[in-house]
Amino acid sequence: MSDAAISRPAGEVVLAARNIAKSYNGVKALKGVNFDIHRGQVTTLFGENGAGKSTLMKILSGIVQPTSGEVILDGQPIVFSSSTDARNHGISIIHQELSLAPNLSVRDNIFMGREINGPTGVNYAEEERQVRELLAELEEDIDPLTPVEELRLGQQQIVEIARALSVDSRILIMDEPTSALSATEVEVLFNVIRDLTAKGVSIVYISHHLEEALQITDHAVVLRDGNMTAYAPRADIDLEWIVRNMVGENYDLGNPPTGYDFGPVMLSVRDLTVPDPAGGGYNVVDRMSLDVRAGEIVCIYGLMGAGRSELLETVAGKLSATSGEIVLEGKEISHLAIGERIARGLALVPEDRQRYGLVQTMSVGQNLSLASIREFARGVFTSLKLERALIQKSIRDVTVKTDGPDVPIGSLSGGNQQKVVIGKMLATDPKVILLDEPSRGIDIGAKAEVFRILAAHAAAGRAVVYTTSEVNECLSIAHRIIIMRRGRISAEFTSDITKEKIMAASGEAVAA
Amino acid sequence: MTQTSANRLTSPASAVKGTTGIIKLLLKGRAFFALIAIIVVFSFLSPNYLTVSNLLIMSSHVAIYGILAIGMLVVILSGGIDLSVGSILALCGVVAGALMQGVELKPLGVILFPPVWAVVVLTCSLGAALGALNGILIAWFRVPAFVTTLGVMYMARGIALLMTNGLTYNNLAGRPELGNTGFDWLGFNRLFGVPISVVVLAVLAVLTGLMLSRSSFGRWLYASGGNENAADLSGVPVKRVKITVYTLSGILSAIAGLVLSSQLTSAGPTAGTTYELTAIAAVVIGGAALTGGRGTVRGTMLGAFVIGFLSDGLVIIGVSSYWQTVFTGAVIVLAVLMNTIQYGARGVRP
Repeated sequence: MSDAAISRPAGEVVLAARNIAKSYNGVKALKGVNFDIHRGQVTTLFGENGAGKSTLMKILSGIVQPTSGEVILDGQPIVFSSSTDARNHGISIIHQELSLAPNLSVRDNIFMGREINGPTGVNYAEEERQVRELLAELEEDIDPLTPVEELRLGQQQIVEIARALSVDSRILIMDEPTSALSATEVEVLFNVIRDLTAKGVSIVYISHHLEEALQITDHAVVLRDGNMTAYAPRADIDLEWIVRNMVGENYDLGNPPTGYDFGPVMLSVRDLTVPDPAGGGYNVVDRMSLDVRAGEIVCIYGLMGAGRSELLETVAGKLSATSGEIVLEGKEISHLAIGERIARGLALVPEDRQRYGLVQTMSVGQNLSLASIREFARGVFTSLKLERALIQKSIRDVTVKTDGPDVPIGSLSGGNQQKVVIGKMLATDPKVILLDEPSRGIDIGAKAEVFRILAAHAAAGRAVVYTTSEVNECLSIAHRIIIMRRGRISAEFTSDITKEKIMAASGEAVAA
Repeated sequence: MTQTSANRLTSPASAVKGTTGIIKLLLKGRAFFALIAIIVVFSFLSPNYLTVSNLLIMSSHVAIYGILAIGMLVVILSGGIDLSVGSILALCGVVAGALMQGVELKPLGVILFPPVWAVVVLTCSLGAALGALNGILIAWFRVPAFVTTLGVMYMARGIALLMTNGLTYNNLAGRPELGNTGFDWLGFNRLFGVPISVVVLAVLAVLTGLMLSRSSFGRWLYASGGNENAADLSGVPVKRVKITVYTLSGILSAIAGLVLSSQLTSAGPTAGTTYELTAIAAVVIGGAALTGGRGTVRGTMLGAFVIGFLSDGLVIIGVSSYWQTVFTGAVIVLAVLMNTIQYGARGVRP
């Protein structure tokens, strides 16, 4: 088979997906996707968050198994039992989330799991020599013995890339390889990709930086909601084509509530500066100012790392700012603890509901009442009757579908779990409600319901701020759309803006 | 992708009655059934086992572990661990002993003999202070609980040895003319035939049970142990919760130290060695999750009685004390195995 593979001309299909479908707990991540990877060419996958790009790549590299459909390698159907199996067939992947061991050196990370053994144990000298060669090829001046945790994020990404290159692969999958790289590093990476394709290696590339991807790709595949919506060679496409196919027609997520005037300014952020919580030495929020009025819905759009989450977490009291003011209803609140801010009427629905939103060991009801224990405490004890009433009201308010308040939180679907997190914070009767990616990982029906609830609360006089990384969600209920880029507001729009302009302002499609 | 998988251990099968229902009941009430089984088996093996007087004597032995286990439970519920309870018990016992011997104030040339109530208050305050030290190191300075309490375990033991030079205070009875008698009340007296130590255990268990199930603090505790981040963002004062649970554990260790030295009418610096492990075992047998957020006082009490009744039973039928250790170990492993089966993937936090 190897002879045949090598003698084939560039452009031949080496790896293909046929009708691939994948469900996680009944949620369809992929719904019958077909696409081809050509020998010695770059195929780029485009799509919004949650479109199914990463799932598809995990299937092609053997990390997860498809629910149905076939993977075809060199014309033969094949089932990869594991990522090692796929690697043995010449397929390797560079993960979006770094999969390095921070305590180990660059050398040990690159050879993790496939150490070169000599007569006296691991042959470190040979490993080091190969690592130096690889890093020289990538034009990166990193000592192979440096622990990975001492490298900056971009360098770590280079190490991840070097590791994938160190295995001689025929097919290399790169999931967002440039998200932390500088412009020069991206240029070097592209040169390496060109070298590889010239040698006959096939590349699958995933990126949010559309412009950047267009420089390197030979074919474009667009995914939306688990379906492949478009497939074309580079010559036939442009930026506008990609955006159109990525975003699709508007599904109805509601409209900004109207028929009332905004009230006074409820939340006012002045010159807020927040250092990188991971200790990166730069500011994730950089002298940002924002006013939100009662009844107003503000959407904050931006790419990963734009500082949206950090802004909201700082306002809520999870992170602390180095300078700037946070004023709630005319009173400075920067010095208050999270609980006191909640008591004053500020609520945050965090982005990652599993890690920051829910207590998995508690029931649906206990989760719903967690932020408002003070409301039903009577002296030392809590009143079960008042708590019951509060929980029942919350379940009705946010329409949670549950078999009752006492079932474990894990028995609900993702959308209903998200409604519990939102309901928990709404139960505190907030004046300002902040939501970090409220639609993450929930299906379209639940999304629409979440936005309907938010619109109703804004109409009732609350100030609502939510973040999103999906353009459609900006153009739903928000009165005002703020684009964040590198910790600052890069643009501000009203609700009659177009998708293309939003994406351009976020840095996603610079020249559009 | 989000991971909501494998969470549904109980849902669809609950409709199926019969054998699964019985297995589930046995699994859920395992500590209770284990205790019944122990009592039945030993009653057959020894006619003296199932008598009121023997049960009360065994219960007064359980009281020491039981009181420590209540403290350990609240710490484990918060997602922590407290290895220092055995040493705090010893240090508090020794301090109580020293106070009973009289405190000499050299510059004034007098020896103070504090009354028993003052000894109890001072000893409990010492336990609280040591517990608070644990809590502050863990909550504010973010030292891992295992390391903090290991350090305090060594320090408290060392101080107890230093104070006594390795010896034991034997005379704790006090003297009527000094007005400090009554220390043996805790260990020897009975209330309606029930040893005081058992009454103390029962009162502490009921109070803690109420605190856990009915107070705001109880809810904060379960939330902090279940998911610290989510609790924090919901306005729960997580740090205060942590300091409080270690302080409570310290106070309970001091009470256990008082009960033990009263029962033995002596206070030695090596008392309570490895008791922290017995307390952890009782909590685990009682179905609590070491990852935090799951567990009840009722379960922990059953766990303490399982351990106590098992080891006393083995003594009564004349089994070597070495075998007792083997049996206790086997019971612990079995209990954790059952926990894993019951909680499945839910026991593991994401």
